[in-house]
Amino acid sequence: MEQKDLNLLDAVLGFQSYGNKANPWPLCGRFVLVEDCVDTSAAFVLHHILKRCFSSHSSSAVLFLAFSHPFSHYDRILRKLGCNLAAQRDNGRFYFLDMLMFQCPDEGKPNHDGLASVFEKIEKVVKALRQDKKFFSIMIDDISFLEVAANGSSNDVLDLLHYCHMLTSEYGCAFIVLGHKDIYLNGERPALILEMEYLADILVKAEPLATGLAKDVHGQLMVLDKDMQREQGISAIKIHNFHFKIKENGVECFYPGTKV
Amino acid sequence: MLCLYAEMATTRARVSSFSRNLSTVTPQNPGLKHGPNGTMFMSSGIPDLDKILGGGFSLGSLVMVVEDVEAPHHMLLLRNFMSQGLVHRQPLLYASAASRDPKGFLGTLPSPGSSKEDKSREVSNEKDLRIAWQYKKYFGEPQLNANTNNDGQHDYCNDFDLRKPLDRQFFSGMNVDCVSIHDSPNLAALQDRCAGFLAQVSRNEGSISSAGRIAIQSFCSPQCKYSNMEWHMLSFIKSLKGMVRSSNAVVVVTFPPSLLSPSCSKRLQHMADTLLSVKAIPDEDKELAKLLTGYQDMIGLLSVQKVARLNTQVPVILEATTFSIKLQKRRFLVLECLNQAPVDGSSGNSYGTSSGCSGSTTAGPLDF
Repeated sequence: MEQKDLNLLDAVLGFQSYGNKANPWPLCGRFVLVEDCVDTSAAFVLHHILKRCFSSHSSSAVLFLAFSHPFSHYDRILRKLGCNLAAQRDNGRFYFLDMLMFQCPDEGKPNHDGLASVFEKIEKVVKALRQDKKFFSIMIDDISFLEVAANGSSNDVLDLLHYCHMLTSEYGCAFIVLGHKDIYLNGERPALILEMEYLADILVKAEPLATGLAKDVHGQLMVLDKDMQREQGISAIKIHNFHFKIKENGVECFYPGTKV
Repeated sequence: MLCLYAEMATTRARVSSFSRNLSTVTPQNPGLKHGPNGTMFMSSGIPDLDKILGGGFSLGSLVMVVEDVEAPHHMLLLRNFMSQGLVHRQPLLYASAASRDPKGFLGTLPSPGSSKEDKSREVSNEKDLRIAWQYKKYFGEPQLNANTNNDGQHDYCNDFDLRKPLDRQFFSGMNVDCVSIHDSPNLAALQDRCAGFLAQVSRNEGSISSAGRIAIQSFCSPQCKYSNMEWHMLSFIKSLKGMVRSSNAVVVVTFPPSLLSPSCSKRLQHMADTLLSVKAIPDEDKELAKLLTGYQDMIGLLSVQKVARLNTQVPVILEATTFSIKLQKRRFLVLECLNQAPVDGSSGNSYGTSSGCSGSTTAGPLDF
């Protein structure tokens, strides 16, 4: 990995020096929560992490639970980022679970087809992957869809998230979730998002520019890293703020006012 | 004169802001157009809206329209959308919660208007009137429209005459399905209808034989018996979105947000690939009338909050997000760029920005 390819987002996610023996996958055992709103989608952060994951160590793999877009959508995007998802899928490094039509059965019926079956699938893949891939990540592309699929039962969704989070500590895999913050802003049942924010090790928030629409700046990112310095015994929270511009072949990140 | 006109149109297209030329209509299917990233566009039935969205609605996308409770402007969008489908002989499905007789909607559809006489007049206008170069860009848009619809019904997008009902010949042998969701206790029946409809136009390899349109009006209005089951409605929209992504169809759903909880309305907005909202404008708003030119002709406002980005991560940033809905000659629906002036502007220097667009602000001091 050459230094010039890295941007601010890589730096704050800890991708400065990865891919070597000492630091094969910086998100190991960490929970990354990505939040966005209607005006600014943060899906590009997932694409970026996916790309970094496949360009790192060859023993890394990703399990992707897609609720909002089909495989062809991600395939096209990642191809422009320089990464062939179809080939990675054939290599066994990319597991794509198409959950677009997933719907839990109504209440009163046995809940075996519901979220329990989702977790069984996840666990099966994770256990199978453990044999040969050391570093893997679980990605969920839209937690609000999962909530809708569970008929609004945020407790069930939280249970699923807890189990997945448990996998991260047990097997050291990364857990990356995209959610929409503005759904919960009016104080209506905010338990899900609050609990996720509490559990998250890294919180990435995408917002539109406060000054309005711009062609050159698509929005601003706030990245909050909770245990950057845990090894030194200090648990300082680091906050990074910067602007971004999304392009087909990557994302450009810069501090406010420093774009050339 | 015609060739002069054509030349002007092309040069204007070239000087307009940077955009890829995507005007390749597929020969076998005049209702579809190739878009970027392997997507296909279908016309919305409003030439200006197509242009704003970069070509139309993408096949496989879910379009949500946020209604205004005070005015039925969403119906304008739905009517033009469905009429365009009939003109292109595409299969249609219309579902309404507002009335028991959804077939009545078909009687209100507008007819494609021939705007040949308009065109010649506009050309002569152009000749007589000398326009300073810096204002020319404001005259470019309507003429480009006229250019797109001189061939009558075989075009990608027609101008629709809102005062002339659609001819019967367009309905003959057409696949138009009308569903009333007024009395149904849940959405299972509608979901089955949509699934059956979308299966007809499902996406398979090779050429696209036909593309379908689904319009659902006033999705969660209180007439429906399920209107208190928000999660039920959300999962319906979610599964509709999942189904339409694998088919050659566009789904337009209008919903009144004031009847939903704020979080439910936000969820619907997140699910939308393309999000539009319509607003009525008050009749006697004198401050607004002073700040905006052509206020008298406006019948409402349309804002584009989200543009579908299928197969790409790059967001579409529009030059303006709010447009005024006007009726040209009381017949044709046009959208014009609205130069927003600060209505509740508290600082004095923001007038500098408004004077450039309205021109009428010099008429007198406005006190707030």
